[in-house]
Amino acid sequence: MVQFNLPKNSKVEKGKYFKSKVSSKNIKKINVYRWDPDKNENPRVDTYELDMDNCGPMVLDALIKIKNEIDSSLTFRRSCREGICGSCAMNIDGANTLACTKSAKEINDEINIYPLPHMPVIKDLVPNLKQLYKQYQSVEPWMQSNKNSNDTENLQSIEDRSKLDGLYECILCACCATSCPSYWWNGDKYLGPAVLLQAYRWIIDSRDEERKKRLKKVADELKLFRCHTIMNCTNACPKGLNPAKAIGSIKKMLVTEKSA
Amino acid sequence: MNYDVISHEYDVVVVGAGGSGLRAAVGLSEAGLKTACISKVFPTRSHTAAAQGGISAALGNMCEDDWRWHMYDTVKGADWLGDQDAIEFLCKEAPQAVVELEKYGVPFSRTDEGKIYQRPFGGMTKNYGNGVVQRTCAAADRTGHAILHTLYGQALKRDTEFFIEYFALDLIMESGKCKGVIAWNLQDGSIHRFRSNMVILATGGYGRAYFSATSAHTCTGDGGGMVLRAGLPLQDMEFVQFHPTGIYGAGCLITEGSRGEGGFLVNSEGERFMERYAPSAKDLASRDVVSRSMTVEINEGRGVGKNKDHIFLHLNHLDEKILKERLPGISESAKVFAGVDVTREPIPVLPTVHYNMGGIPTNYFGEVLSKEADGSDKIVEGLMAVGEAACVSVHGANRLGSNSLIDLVVFGKAAAIKAAEKVKPNSKHENISEVETQKCLDRFDRMRNANGDTPTAILRDKMQRTMQSKCAVFRTDETLREGLNEIQVPWDGIKDILIKDKSLIFNTDLVEALEFDNLIRQSQVTVASAENRKESRGAHSREDFKERDDENWMKHTLAWHENGKIKVNYRDVHNYTLTNDVQYFPPKARVY
Repeated sequence: MVQFNLPKNSKVEKGKYFKSKVSSKNIKKINVYRWDPDKNENPRVDTYELDMDNCGPMVLDALIKIKNEIDSSLTFRRSCREGICGSCAMNIDGANTLACTKSAKEINDEINIYPLPHMPVIKDLVPNLKQLYKQYQSVEPWMQSNKNSNDTENLQSIEDRSKLDGLYECILCACCATSCPSYWWNGDKYLGPAVLLQAYRWIIDSRDEERKKRLKKVADELKLFRCHTIMNCTNACPKGLNPAKAIGSIKKMLVTEKSA
Repeated sequence: MNYDVISHEYDVVVVGAGGSGLRAAVGLSEAGLKTACISKVFPTRSHTAAAQGGISAALGNMCEDDWRWHMYDTVKGADWLGDQDAIEFLCKEAPQAVVELEKYGVPFSRTDEGKIYQRPFGGMTKNYGNGVVQRTCAAADRTGHAILHTLYGQALKRDTEFFIEYFALDLIMESGKCKGVIAWNLQDGSIHRFRSNMVILATGGYGRAYFSATSAHTCTGDGGGMVLRAGLPLQDMEFVQFHPTGIYGAGCLITEGSRGEGGFLVNSEGERFMERYAPSAKDLASRDVVSRSMTVEINEGRGVGKNKDHIFLHLNHLDEKILKERLPGISESAKVFAGVDVTREPIPVLPTVHYNMGGIPTNYFGEVLSKEADGSDKIVEGLMAVGEAACVSVHGANRLGSNSLIDLVVFGKAAAIKAAEKVKPNSKHENISEVETQKCLDRFDRMRNANGDTPTAILRDKMQRTMQSKCAVFRTDETLREGLNEIQVPWDGIKDILIKDKSLIFNTDLVEALEFDNLIRQSQVTVASAENRKESRGAHSREDFKERDDENWMKHTLAWHENGKIKVNYRDVHNYTLTNDVQYFPPKARVY
């Protein structure tokens, strides 16, 4: 049996402990993954005691409180704080989600916060998502149509438009892709659930005229068929979308639309 | 310390990748200009994503409409402070701009005939103020998200070069002309100098100057900060829009479209109080009017909740199907951030800082303006501004809902066309002395190595609380004077700032300090401009000067920031239209 071990410099060590300076009955321990690219040190997990009576309700509020009041060097991405920009995707309590919409109260015990798994880490909770963005670009996420008339809009029936529901809402946060074992393993070749969901968003848009080309493009053993219907993606999506279903729909189209 | 500077040369550099920056980049790339788009966040994370209700254009898909009616509404919404030549341009170009977005692939909601769905919105009327019109084109209540993602796709299609997670530090100015911009790559810590024949600032608003804002954490007005540091003025900064319906506590936005679809506001007596304040438009009066009415209700003891300090927004009478199809996003937000099921309970809401009508003064081509000694407009060569960062001015003293998204695409496109006229592809770059670069890097290095005693968070908190309490919905000479004194404290506090993280890679400690530097300058300018304007107009409401005073104050404020001291001057409001297609709308009383 092959033994899988983390390389020595990836082993996560116990980090600093920041005791709360105020006494409160509602102290929660927040354990946060830290890694500094400038230091030749292993990653560590720092623990911060937080008075949750004086903290906003979401995990992002807790992180911001730590950054503002305890340790300004803690690094994470955040922007809209309302679940629409997709910046603060991270692994919280063992699952990928958005820190801004994840309630801290829902987590009973200590809160464990790690960067999105299996992505290179730039610093602390900031992963490098360049690969995913490149793959997104590769599915040509723009409308392709040869209609010339510039003065009037394309017509689209309410029914055709409703086929985009559950697809166009994707915020590219990468929670799904980085929860997918196939993507962990073959992320360089498998497009992963986020990008395939976007591919399907254009395939199924009645206004787009390159459906066949688009299908052909993803009809690949590695790009598409590395999806083994594990469903982690759908479980992870903080927007309640179903990438696994979209991938299934692409696979089905490839069978039923033979000409593709 | 010396920094290695990596040099780039582009025909045009766009700073910011929200709706206006991306639309400009698309147009520039189309015109064959070598274009770089710098953004401190990945483009689809820009705050345009949070726009919900829609984008205005007199398409007339749901009822008769005319761009002149749209223009009248915008002029009136702006309380006559808008430049009517620019407003004519905006409203006339709007339908074409929306059709273009549709062709780019924006997934607009649809009518039964398959056309773009349009909903009613505040201040949008037919036939010059006579009844409600459906003018706001919507993709459910995720219109901004849909537009932003679509525009990013279009920019990818045209091979725009993106520099993502680059934080712009300063403009390179030489003898009054902009020659490029310096930026810091957060991902690897390197410093970059972009020489270009045009810089287009599309950096958004500075909502985070306030304590409670619908704006994202990243809305720190970095372009406005750079412009002030370059010795150029900002315009009409006293006009800060409070959106009537931010979620109480969290501050997250609930779209005006919720009232467009039939929602209404209620006080603690169960009264639909907007009927008293705006008998005709009611809950769909313009935002400044609704926010003031709500504040009066609360101040007079008719607020709801334990502390009687907010208002209820009812949507629970609406058909569940409408909520699901047209307002799914805010239904989710209300659940997550207020614990409210909108089909059963009202949403607790409060007027919340939302939009900056003021910004970098430009003409309707997007060229940045300053003032000559003789009082005439002076074009700042090499520099343009678009979107919320700019003040064209089409929104005047108060912006109408859904006029922001249309502003982004109309003026983003116009700026690209103008830049393509002025800059030929691959034209030569003038030499820049190292002095300018060094000046910028000195400031960066000073901030990075600042070893005082006050963390940025403390200074920022002081600034935000001052702005929130002293420069809010209602203002008086007293509050504003107190504000002027108090805002000096966080400004002076910069001398004692502490940056713990000294690294260069993804140093968000330093980013927040640099953002604070941008915010505090604009806060000072905002309070000073507000103190200076002795009248009430649009979003600027003075309890000691309750009336609009066209005789003395029909003019734009220009404000310069000189080492913490604010210098104020004025520009004329354009009291003429662009063409003879429409006549100038002279000021009259503003009643909704």
